[in-house]
Amino acid sequence: MNNPEQINTSYSKIVQEGLWNNNPALAQVLGLCPLLAVTGTIINALALGVATMMVLIASNLAVSLLRQYIPNEIRIPIFVLIIAGFVTIVEHLMHAYLYNLYTVLGIFVPLIVTNCAIIGRAEGFASKNAALPAVIDGISMGLGFTGVLVALGMMREILAQGTLFADASIMLGDWATTITLFENYDGFLLAALPPGAFIGLGLLLALKNIIDQKMRTRKTKNIPVYAIVENPETP
Amino acid sequence: MKSGVISRSGLLLGLAGVIVIGLVTLVYHFTHDAIVESEYQALLLALNSIIPEDSHDNDIVNDSRALSANKELGLKKDALIYRARNKGEIFAVAFPVVAPDGYSGPINLLLAIDRQGKVLGVRVVSHLETPGLGDRIESRRSDWLQQFPGKSVENPSHEDWKVKKDGGIFDQFTGATITPRKVVNAIHKALMYAEAEPGVFFDE
Repeated sequence: MNNPEQINTSYSKIVQEGLWNNNPALAQVLGLCPLLAVTGTIINALALGVATMMVLIASNLAVSLLRQYIPNEIRIPIFVLIIAGFVTIVEHLMHAYLYNLYTVLGIFVPLIVTNCAIIGRAEGFASKNAALPAVIDGISMGLGFTGVLVALGMMREILAQGTLFADASIMLGDWATTITLFENYDGFLLAALPPGAFIGLGLLLALKNIIDQKMRTRKTKNIPVYAIVENPETP
Repeated sequence: MKSGVISRSGLLLGLAGVIVIGLVTLVYHFTHDAIVESEYQALLLALNSIIPEDSHDNDIVNDSRALSANKELGLKKDALIYRARNKGEIFAVAFPVVAPDGYSGPINLLLAIDRQGKVLGVRVVSHLETPGLGDRIESRRSDWLQQFPGKSVENPSHEDWKVKKDGGIFDQFTGATITPRKVVNAIHKALMYAEAEPGVFFDE
């Protein structure tokens, strides 16, 4: 059995980790297959993000609650079972109540099982923490992942089609409308194709690194000099 | 001692499997009816978009007949023909047609024809064509498919059942000729087959 030692129960720290510092897509760089494949439009990105988040929250909760009863030797197959079970449940629910969305996302709903970000959280966090922090971790990591999906979906949809929220009605109902940003827009095809997804993700990764660097420099300025000389490379 | 651990782990794993399967079965049981209903509605919507809803008086989704795998229609698997009736008589049918050689994979279509072999409507069910180029065959992206209703094997003539680039009468897209060409060919082939074998489609 894992050491029940609480790694970190500071909730704001957990949220910060999931949304930014240890973001599943931008820091752990996990779950890229669905990330690159379904981010053609915001709505597809949002739908897969929310589905992934639901699985993540449920699996984190289940793993955390059962952590005392799961023998160390067989923890991974049990985590996989739990995750696969929740993915199948989400798939059935989408098939029943969000049929159009289900047909658009297709194989990427069942493929949530293979999103390493989920088993990564089960193994790395939920199996070592109590239920509440595990759920908060699931929500933050899920939101972090969804945020990157939506950001990438937005970039690609604006560039490729000149619209926002195309086909929003298949997820949100008839009240949702598509916003057309540019009338008679010819479209920038690259953004819609897989290379556009890779380039877009690269830009997002670069942006995160720039922001992190800025933050670090600002922090360093406020630290007294003796703290810096610990690092021999710093003059 | 060691074997004790192994058998205990095995039992636990088996138990976990049984519990998860139980949960999934439960959810399946509760969502089954809704899934069937959703699929029925989606198919009904698709069929009504190519055979006007008020032209027939039967439950078109549940009035189907088997269509065996067929090269002329590009079907690799058995499929269904849906029949639209008016006072019991079949006046139109809808059936799947596949253009097996689209730009990046098969293009699945749903074609509706009447007894005279005239196209009532065409719908793209699924495809893998390039977003922004070939995907303009979808009715929500352009009205390209609106060229087909009213056409038949004789209208236009055999030589004109091609895209304009190949000397026919059907539009292609700038930057995407292959997709429209393959769809036009698939529909033409299906119409020729329906003319040669009307019994396949209109027999009870």
